[in-house]
Amino acid sequence: MTETPAQSAIIVSGVIKQFGRFAALRGVSAEFDASKFHAILGDNGAGKTTLLRALAGLAYPTQGTIRMFGKSPQDSSREIGYMAHPSLLYDEMSGMENLRYFARLYEIAGDERCAEVIRAVGLDPQLARPIGQYSQGMRQRMSLARAILHDPKLLLLDEPFSNVDVHSAREMVILLKKMRGSGKTIFVVTHQALLLDGVADEFVWMQDGRIVDRTATPLRGEVL
Amino acid sequence: MNSLWAVTAATLIKDIRLEWRSKDALNSMLFFSLLVVVIFVFSFDPLAEESRHIVGGLVWIAFLFAAVVALNQTWARELRNQVLDAYRVSPAPANGLFLAKTLGNFIFVCILEALMTPLFVIFYNLHVLGPAWQLIPIALLGTWALVVNGTFFAAMSLRTRNREIMLPLLLFPVSIPAVIGMVAGTTAILTGENSAHFYIVLLLTYDVVFTTASLALFKTILHAE
Repeated sequence: MTETPAQSAIIVSGVIKQFGRFAALRGVSAEFDASKFHAILGDNGAGKTTLLRALAGLAYPTQGTIRMFGKSPQDSSREIGYMAHPSLLYDEMSGMENLRYFARLYEIAGDERCAEVIRAVGLDPQLARPIGQYSQGMRQRMSLARAILHDPKLLLLDEPFSNVDVHSAREMVILLKKMRGSGKTIFVVTHQALLLDGVADEFVWMQDGRIVDRTATPLRGEVL
Repeated sequence: MNSLWAVTAATLIKDIRLEWRSKDALNSMLFFSLLVVVIFVFSFDPLAEESRHIVGGLVWIAFLFAAVVALNQTWARELRNQVLDAYRVSPAPANGLFLAKTLGNFIFVCILEALMTPLFVIFYNLHVLGPAWQLIPIALLGTWALVVNGTFFAAMSLRTRNREIMLPLLLFPVSIPAVIGMVAGTTAILTGENSAHFYIVLLLTYDVVFTTASLALFKTILHAE
């Protein structure tokens, strides 16, 4: 019996992204398997966030193409959950009020799904405090709740563990591991690679706007 | 279409809730308009007969400048924590956001007008000599003209470095036909010398043209980098 090869969820072909004269991405080409956990690593300015924003459809490649599940990122908005470094939440509203609003953008009626994802990230749906009064860790979790609200096939997370205490970060990793187990494709941009050791399926190393290595562990040298 | 109205309603309710909690736009607009009224009262003789001829201009200048304050606030809110990106990655129609922002600004500016108009009447000792009911369509159509263009140009200047300056630079020249309609229409009604019918039709035409153009172009503006 032959094993079915993993389907490529994302195909990035020769993507260049320029901001004026500065090229943030310099010819990125890669295929990423569906239902896998991809950790994107690299120094500051390596192009990680730009690549993630291009995958989310927020940055348009100056040159090259991106296909996600056979479609352009802009046409795949229902399949994409995006969590940026800022929270993408309104500080003046509570977590539930925020999620209720974003739920309407995805045509999700009622509050059940909002309460479910808030509980999934370890927060209380009844919490009436506005997001502006949350701790950084709580804000990150609520931001993750917003990203998974519409049950996307693909999760793009930009530094979800930054400014989060070790305990909260580990809990988020466990949640992401569970999601990966349920068939979601996950991309995480992070500087805390060791947190994802044994969780991520591959570590994608970026440098100067290019993918320079893809490894199975957070240590470079063991090429896939 | 159903999704468009659902998103518009959800965004409008969210904006009203945020404004109710922060009162950023309303407070700034009110204080600004009050200052304008007081300065104008000291600059002109409010009891003079000429006040009927000039007050149309004064009222609309006060509302135009005050509206700019609200228009800047409405998008600044979406830039904090980059919340606009959450909208951009969602499948929600771009025009849902535009309509909600325009309707929200329309409501806020109408509230301002309702609060400030009695002050103008008292300070300038105004007695309307023409058909007073025509002030209502002039006010509604004129306000819509200001906010529909203002919301569009405020979104356009979002990513510019000096957006507070950029908005009036873009908005005021385009608003000249509407401002002429508002001022001349109001003056015609206050003095009772001419019919305001032409200005009402002018404002209606202006609103239809610019609302259609804004709706057609807003998606490009929203997704521009």
